[in-house]
Amino acid sequence: MSMRAIDKKLWRELWNLRMQAVAIAMVIIGGVGIFIMSLSTLDSLYETRGAYYREHHFADVFADLKRAPLAMQKRIETIPGVDKVENRVVAYVSVDVPGFDDPVSGHLLSLPDNSRGLLNQIYLRKGRLFEPGHDNEVVLSVEFAAAHKLQPGDKLHATINGRRKMLTIVGLAMSPEYIYQIAPGALFPDFKRYGVMWMARKPLATAYDMDGAFNNVTLTLTKGTNERDVIDRLDDLLKPYGGIGAIARADQLSNRFLTEELKQQETIATVFPIIFFGVAAFLLNVVISRLISLQREQIAGLKAFGYSNLAVGLHYIKLVILIVGFGIIGGISVGIWMGQGMSNIYMEFFSLPFMLYTLKPGVIISAILISLGVAILGTLYAVHHAATLPPAQAMRPEQPAIYHATIVERLGMQGWFSQPTRMILRHIERRPFKAVLTTLGISMACGVMVVSGFQEGAIDNMIEVQFGLSQRDDMMITYTEPTSQRSLYSLRDVQGIEHVEGFRNVPARLRYEHRTYRTAVTGLQPDGKLLRLLDSNLKPITLPPEGVVITDYLAKILHIKPGDLLTIEVLEGHRPIVQVPVVGTAKQDMGMNAYLQQASLNRLLKEGDAISGAYLKVDEPYQREVYRELKDMPRIAGVIEQESAVDAFYENVAQTILFYTFITTILGGSIAFGVVYNSMRIALSERGRELASLRVLGFNRGEVAYILLGEMAVLILVAIPVGLLIGYGLCAYMAYAFDTDLYRVPLVLGLRVYAFSALVVIISALLSALMIWRNIAQLDMVAVLKTKE
Amino acid sequence: MSNDQPSTHEPLEEGVVFHVHGVTKVYQMGEVQVHALRGVDLDLYRGEFTVLLGASGSGKSTLLNILGGLDTPTDGHVFYGETDLTRANESELTDYRRFHVGFVFQFYNLIPSLTARENVAVVTEIATSPMQPEDALALVGLGERLDHFPAQLSGGEQQRVAIARAIAKNPAVLLCDEPTGALDSKTGIVVLEALQRVNQELGTTTAVITHNAGIAQMADRVIRLADGQISEVNINETKLAPHELSW
Repeated sequence: MSMRAIDKKLWRELWNLRMQAVAIAMVIIGGVGIFIMSLSTLDSLYETRGAYYREHHFADVFADLKRAPLAMQKRIETIPGVDKVENRVVAYVSVDVPGFDDPVSGHLLSLPDNSRGLLNQIYLRKGRLFEPGHDNEVVLSVEFAAAHKLQPGDKLHATINGRRKMLTIVGLAMSPEYIYQIAPGALFPDFKRYGVMWMARKPLATAYDMDGAFNNVTLTLTKGTNERDVIDRLDDLLKPYGGIGAIARADQLSNRFLTEELKQQETIATVFPIIFFGVAAFLLNVVISRLISLQREQIAGLKAFGYSNLAVGLHYIKLVILIVGFGIIGGISVGIWMGQGMSNIYMEFFSLPFMLYTLKPGVIISAILISLGVAILGTLYAVHHAATLPPAQAMRPEQPAIYHATIVERLGMQGWFSQPTRMILRHIERRPFKAVLTTLGISMACGVMVVSGFQEGAIDNMIEVQFGLSQRDDMMITYTEPTSQRSLYSLRDVQGIEHVEGFRNVPARLRYEHRTYRTAVTGLQPDGKLLRLLDSNLKPITLPPEGVVITDYLAKILHIKPGDLLTIEVLEGHRPIVQVPVVGTAKQDMGMNAYLQQASLNRLLKEGDAISGAYLKVDEPYQREVYRELKDMPRIAGVIEQESAVDAFYENVAQTILFYTFITTILGGSIAFGVVYNSMRIALSERGRELASLRVLGFNRGEVAYILLGEMAVLILVAIPVGLLIGYGLCAYMAYAFDTDLYRVPLVLGLRVYAFSALVVIISALLSALMIWRNIAQLDMVAVLKTKE
Repeated sequence: MSNDQPSTHEPLEEGVVFHVHGVTKVYQMGEVQVHALRGVDLDLYRGEFTVLLGASGSGKSTLLNILGGLDTPTDGHVFYGETDLTRANESELTDYRRFHVGFVFQFYNLIPSLTARENVAVVTEIATSPMQPEDALALVGLGERLDHFPAQLSGGEQQRVAIARAIAKNPAVLLCDEPTGALDSKTGIVVLEALQRVNQELGTTTAVITHNAGIAQMADRVIRLADGQISEVNINETKLAPHELSW
């Protein structure tokens, strides 16, 4: 079958328009690509987490206790709704890695002899499991091993229950329990100073005095079971054995951090593609409308031959679908490629053993529908505009566009403006909608840049407040068990320790009316200098002798205010339940806690002057020696050094933040460039004749450029403040969306962020102006004398 | 423009504004060479009203473009006074158009966003000793429509604004490219009357290119072009007034 003539026209015109078509396709590739990348990466993460949890039998409920006989397992299994139960021996140990002086704490978990476990099965990345009879073999978490460049066959030392033991690494593994590997009580992951290890049950139980007993149990539930009921029954069972309260999967540390991270990703993955796609849609619409209006005479010709408006419309829609189609196919490919790359980056970041790249059909369909919808709408509008003209009129030169004096001029300021400036103002006012859209597009670019600066600034601020103003200790030690305050004397004797403040810390469930929250209650020294509570103006608060001060966000969650009575259910020891008046709230960006004076907490616990640990101020040059001394103190369970924790955190996130800033800068810059360049190209095409006429009349290039670029400059000047506002709004939304009980992202935006955002927009605009300058220089003055449009 | 142009010709005859000598223009159109002008010699005199008459493709527009500093010849010289336009660079040509030449286009080429008065002012603002825009518009009979935008004016009125814009800078020469080409004959005559009035009252040297032989009868001199060469030069002994013309 031979092609109809009008379809031949289609293909030939597509060929003639190929450069413009490529430009349009690029815009769509960008929009569709980012859309698909963001959403597919997010879907992949959820899908992968689901599969990992499923295949490796990640538990539903987790409980720690002091010590229970193995026979208890049978009783736990009889709780209605419980599917599988696995008991374990879990030990907190201090680790000695050859060649690394800092204190390292470890989490040693038992595996049933020579298996990957029943629940929370590990994924063995390298090496092997334990061989019977070899008591000193361990499997290391991949991250910990990588941080110290340890391989199977290497050795390290661990102090288990006060006894130093040499361990041989036989394998490297990952676990669904430690996708986000963070030490209990720490705020950030630190792979060098905290590691997870697995050991065969028998040797670990022997070393930890747990033969015939367990101190940790995890279980899965059958479908439709009420988690809360199981946890309550389990708590009742374990209470006599020192259970500190079971937690559901949602509260499991790694899972909680991961969930929060995914929630953040979700916010980012929706905000950015919407902005980018919106801008792409705008550009698409503008470019296609212009493309069609340039075909005015051809449309008139087709109509003169007897083609109907509908047929003409369909013809152009076909042309547009072809162009947009290339863009969509390209965008989907690019999106998948980038999505897979991003997913792999996340796989590394989150310690996932595999990544199931997931592209839901809905994502692709949305991308196609949005792109096509926008393009067809723009086409129809332009075709309608061109096709409704009677053919004869369309072949005559277009009537001069209708202009009016602008508002500013009517206000009597006419004398202030030269003719070119009037041209600029009137042109903006004649098409206010277009001017608004262009301004909005540039504003979005500016807004994206503000968002890109926000994250880094917010993290800096959090660290500054937390470690500069609130936590001012150099090291924090924790004892294996509550200890008498007298033990602080031996710390004060250590050379290099300048100041010591003990603290008491107990796990507790806080309750107000029907709302509860599980956290720690901390008893502080009344005149403490190493941990200070801050009010909303970041001024230190003095703890009164009675009553509790709680984190402001915790007060919000519990709907409690100063003067109300807070119920504290202690989850340790005799488990007293007490009521304490709230006397104030403290601003805290990380964690949520309740604070009392230590003496007051001791009284509530009906104990002596017990402390759980101490904050230390250490003279810098003595730091190493202090470490060594502390390591040898048998009652000290762990040492956290603030500075190295912060450094490790920055080391970890710096790359992510750098990558993120890089991406958003490119994104913001390219949006600004795309909007400005395309707007100017189209303005040049629409007004080329006018500008060339001015060149003929003796205007030089600079004067002509002023008219074109001046208009853009006006729009950019308006767009920048609007963009900074939009950026502030987006940041406020993100800060709000990111707020969790783990941390609150402060809405702090420095002048630097605003200045940088404006600068990127201005540089992008200058760059496109530079490119347009070449086109202005090439304006065809001879053609303008003859051509009608 | 500098005044010390190297001059290779004898001093200009008294009253000559343009001296065109041996001008050829060859366009490369794809694989074909188009000879638009094949050795044109021509003088235009001060205050003279000249009509360049020719069919499409005769080379008349190319000649006008070269006179107006919009195009450069492949060979030959064009002297404006003592200045050789063929040796001028881009910015010298811009200054030449800015201060010395008035253009009238077939399709008016007014700035749609500026009123009649402002369309004239846009040129007078950059000129050295211009007329008042209002005076220029009064001269073409549009003293009453100063604040109308192009969209509010008829074709003939738009063209008269274009003429006012061209003459307001007091140019040495007024170049008109088919000024009545887009107009009906009645409106065309009004426009030609405006051109004649400018020529008579201000003494502006005027060159009109057209394919419309009817217009030739109002000229002082008629130069016919065919195939890129001057085929005939006639001096009208008796000029007709525009309203006596018909086509």
